[in-house]
Amino acid sequence: MKHSLHLFVNSLLSSMRDLLPIVLVIAFFQIVVLQQSPEHLLQTFVGLLFVVLGLTFFILGLEQGLFPIGESMAHAFANKGSAFWLLTFAFALGFGTTIAEPSLIAVAEEASEVAATAGLIELDEQAMERYADGLRLTVALSVGFAIALGVLRILLNWSIQYIIMIGYVMVIVMTGFAPDEIIGIAYDSGGVTTSTITVPLVTALGIGLASSISGRNPMLDGFGLIAFASLFPIIFVLGYGMIF
Amino acid sequence: MQFIQDFPSLLIDTFFDILPIVLIIFGFQYLVIRKQVKDLKKVLIGMLYVLIGITFFLLGLEQALFPIGRSMAEQLTDPAFLQTVRITVGDLQWQDYYWVYIFAFAIGAGTTIAEPALIAVAMKANEVSGGAISVWGLRIAVAIGVAFGLALGSYRIVVGVPMHYFIITGYVIVVIQTFFSPKLIVPLAYDSGGVTTSTVTVPLVAALGLGLAETVPGRSPLIDGFGLIAFASLCPIISVMAYAQLSELKDRRALKKMVKQDDFYANKTGGNDSDE
Repeated sequence: MKHSLHLFVNSLLSSMRDLLPIVLVIAFFQIVVLQQSPEHLLQTFVGLLFVVLGLTFFILGLEQGLFPIGESMAHAFANKGSAFWLLTFAFALGFGTTIAEPSLIAVAEEASEVAATAGLIELDEQAMERYADGLRLTVALSVGFAIALGVLRILLNWSIQYIIMIGYVMVIVMTGFAPDEIIGIAYDSGGVTTSTITVPLVTALGIGLASSISGRNPMLDGFGLIAFASLFPIIFVLGYGMIF
Repeated sequence: MQFIQDFPSLLIDTFFDILPIVLIIFGFQYLVIRKQVKDLKKVLIGMLYVLIGITFFLLGLEQALFPIGRSMAEQLTDPAFLQTVRITVGDLQWQDYYWVYIFAFAIGAGTTIAEPALIAVAMKANEVSGGAISVWGLRIAVAIGVAFGLALGSYRIVVGVPMHYFIITGYVIVVIQTFFSPKLIVPLAYDSGGVTTSTVTVPLVAALGLGLAETVPGRSPLIDGFGLIAFASLCPIISVMAYAQLSELKDRRALKKMVKQDDFYANKTGGNDSDE
């Protein structure tokens, strides 16, 4: 009990240190550049306290829940030896974590506005909603595909740089053909897909796999799943923009 | 303290966001793997911590950081403010937005240091590399990348150059660096592009992009407001590989120096095994 309290306090202190840079940046700009006295000081203070608490709990939960379960599942799949189920799991994890991602929902709605104003689709509620839903589905499918491909890469020992480079070439070529309005959204969609829960789980999965298959190096083969999950949405969304 | 009352409803929202992931994990665990989870109780408590943690985190950000961050982004891009700090005469030039670039840089670095997903990856990288990659080294390298990316992205919105020129140039740099970087860092560097932009960075960055695109003459918020996130996910790849290249260079220099010293001592004591 004493040990876990000690752990909690340590974790709390390091969360405070993590947050310090933002607080300093905001205080500097507020006071020196914009020369305003900060409003709602008490509310801000309580809010910051919440952020510190939240970060602390998250890190504790990460070490106790997300990392162990991710790695133990990776080991279990590797022992089971069924590539089919492993790939299905990888796809489901990517698809399932992305389809409900709040920042993706926000980006998809904005994108449908862009498309409607640019005249790519009709300017009515229904068409815009269809477009936004289609986009969300596209991104979720692309992340599912990306994680599955990343797992396949670990299984078959492909080297990551060639796949990434092929991806880059596809992005560059497709940028030339996609409508201008979709390009910014497509490039951004790569960044918004990887959420705070997906990242630790997927990282643990990759490292767990790489360390349970003989002949794989966790550093070389365990990382890279997130890279795929942020590259493939760009390609899929550019494709989506070209079809519509 | 109205917002403390929002806690239960936000907790429920977060619960439903996490639910699909939990269902997938336990679905596969019990239907496909068909084994008991080791330390089930501990894992469940851990997941509960994650749920509580994210809820507190979001609620706090929503209360403390986002309103200030957003209003600051608006104020810094406001033409009235820019007129008071400008350094050129006539129409506003790109140089006059210098506070915007500095803000983008500073807020990019600050938010990245606090990004939970990056902390997670840095912890794993430290563990897997046997301590060769330090948690703080990686986090600072990524933070510098994001900071630089956001400053560059803001500059792009101000001058209005199409973003794909920048992104394609970035890709070329990444490809070249890939050939010259220590092999072990490459996958981690690629990953660090994706982990930078989640909970903390995206909302603040979106406000900055939108504020700029609305106030700079000739930009459309709908088209030019996007793109900052793409810069923030590309530049860390470059900065992490650069960090590895620099540390390798330093190690190599240190090694050379050590070899020289060894030679020196070997010669002095006359105990070297050369065939003189």
